[in-house]
Amino acid sequence: MNTSLANRLTPYMFLAPAAAILLVALLYPLGYVFYAGFLNWNPSQRIGQAEFVGLRNYINLFHDESFRESFFVTLRFSAIVVSLEMFIGVGLAFLLDRNIRGMSALRTLFILPMMISPIVVGLMWRYMYHPTVGFFNRTLKSLGFEPMPWLLDGDWAFASVIIADVWQWVPFIFILSLAALQTLPQSVMEAARIDGANGWQSILYIKLPLMMPVLVITFLLRLIDSFKVLEVILVLTNGGPGLSTEVMALRIMRTATEFRELGVAAAMSNILLMMLLLLTVAMFLYNKATEMRAMRLKNIAAEEA
Amino acid sequence: MARKSYDKQNPAFYALLVALIFMAVGPIILMLSTSLKLTVDIMSDTSSLFFLPTIHNYETVLCNVLWYEPQGLDYCNPTFGRALGNSLIIAITSTILTLIIGCMAAYALVRFRFMGRDTVSLVTLMTRMVPPAVLLVPIFGIWTFQFQIDGTRMGIILIYVAMNLPFVIWILQSFIVQVPIQLEESARIDGAGPLQVFFLIVLPIIKPGLAAASIFTFRIAWNEFLLANALSNRNTRTVPVTIVNSLTEYNLDWGVIMATGMLLAIPPIIFTFVASRQIITGMTAGAVKG
Repeated sequence: MNTSLANRLTPYMFLAPAAAILLVALLYPLGYVFYAGFLNWNPSQRIGQAEFVGLRNYINLFHDESFRESFFVTLRFSAIVVSLEMFIGVGLAFLLDRNIRGMSALRTLFILPMMISPIVVGLMWRYMYHPTVGFFNRTLKSLGFEPMPWLLDGDWAFASVIIADVWQWVPFIFILSLAALQTLPQSVMEAARIDGANGWQSILYIKLPLMMPVLVITFLLRLIDSFKVLEVILVLTNGGPGLSTEVMALRIMRTATEFRELGVAAAMSNILLMMLLLLTVAMFLYNKATEMRAMRLKNIAAEEA
Repeated sequence: MARKSYDKQNPAFYALLVALIFMAVGPIILMLSTSLKLTVDIMSDTSSLFFLPTIHNYETVLCNVLWYEPQGLDYCNPTFGRALGNSLIIAITSTILTLIIGCMAAYALVRFRFMGRDTVSLVTLMTRMVPPAVLLVPIFGIWTFQFQIDGTRMGIILIYVAMNLPFVIWILQSFIVQVPIQLEESARIDGAGPLQVFFLIVLPIIKPGLAAASIFTFRIAWNEFLLANALSNRNTRTVPVTIVNSLTEYNLDWGVIMATGMLLAIPPIIFTFVASRQIITGMTAGAVKG
């Protein structure tokens, strides 16, 4: 009697700690931030003492020039960074999808940039962009060119931040597309070769379409992550010069810590969260759709067999 | 690895490979070499491939945890040594806790069929989506005013465990599914209780999954800046926080900063070299196999 009760309780016992932690430290904070978006709240007050202002934070944000600026900086940054990374990463995967010695060592070296801390990535690039002792300006000078204002001018700083992010995250796309390439069915490649497809044709008409499900997921994962970029930019430019590199995550942090307006920061957080939620739902639906299609194809194949 | 022989490649291809490797690790090498230089060498006009390497910068930042008295150091700033200790404690504790709790939950989800894998996938995706910046305001408010655990290591550990749990549960699930149920049943028949089955039968089999999960958790806990910055005080600051704080100084000592950066980068680099296979498995698991 006692043991059967113990057996019935076991699964709950195993699940309880995880459920408790997720509830207290993840779900509760998310509910809290939603509520805090309606408050006029500064860090010295308890949340109960904060004044309820309804939608005022959102309305103010909508009219706030600098918030709109950082909203568009974020969109521009994500769009440019992700398309560059997809292009370079997938290209490299096609280029390096060969039977060569030391491929696994190569992959190990390539994942280094995304394993090390974004803070360190920021440090390394800040040093390389340094106006006098940095690698880039030193090289330019020794080749007889003028030094460039890497982090000192708005457009240059934006480009510099993009270069650092591309360096860090191209490997992610490269690894995923290489894995996708290497799991493609060999028989299809063989058939294409026999039918006389050349390299470009087999990439364009056979490999790319077959990799599409993985590429779309990779694209969405990377897009979601690109909205979270904060540390690299914080170390490189701290959002400046002006607002040229101030992405939304950085703006949230500065609103909360420098301007001490927690309610406004919460409202921004909710806007960012909404954007990411849309992307995630899109990703989930796409996943489901491809799964369903694979299932249907399998069923058809089973019926024919 | 079915194919054992390697194809011969064009020399241009190897040139490209070398260029790519150079681009991938060049910045890291540059950081390492800068951290081994004295300020005079860093600032000197002749760009120097040849210099006398020195561990002076490392001695400067680690002065209070070294077993000997470093030479030629006027005064010892204990900030970094303390932060390194905090970082180690926080990252290791949160990794262990996440693994234990995550493992138990994953096991229950697979064996007792509570929720489908779909639900867990969805929750994982949802939490993967939440940026740390969004958690900043609520975590600050709740930790400070309600739980009153701001400024403690425990507070930082709690949020790291919560952030990593969904991914860990999700990845361990895919390993536990592969453990044959017959193995567990025969252990049950031999008289093992549910806890014994879990610890003595299941855990040893899913070691590769545990390795992947622990590396991902450790990496996030070790590298995270934003929430640690909001939750720590003077005594509990982690390494990323001290590095960012030191950047506000007017005259940056690049040698010293690069040494701190290098120390922060070393554990992830070691993991990458030791377990790149597991890391790649963990990375591709989500997208390639579904």
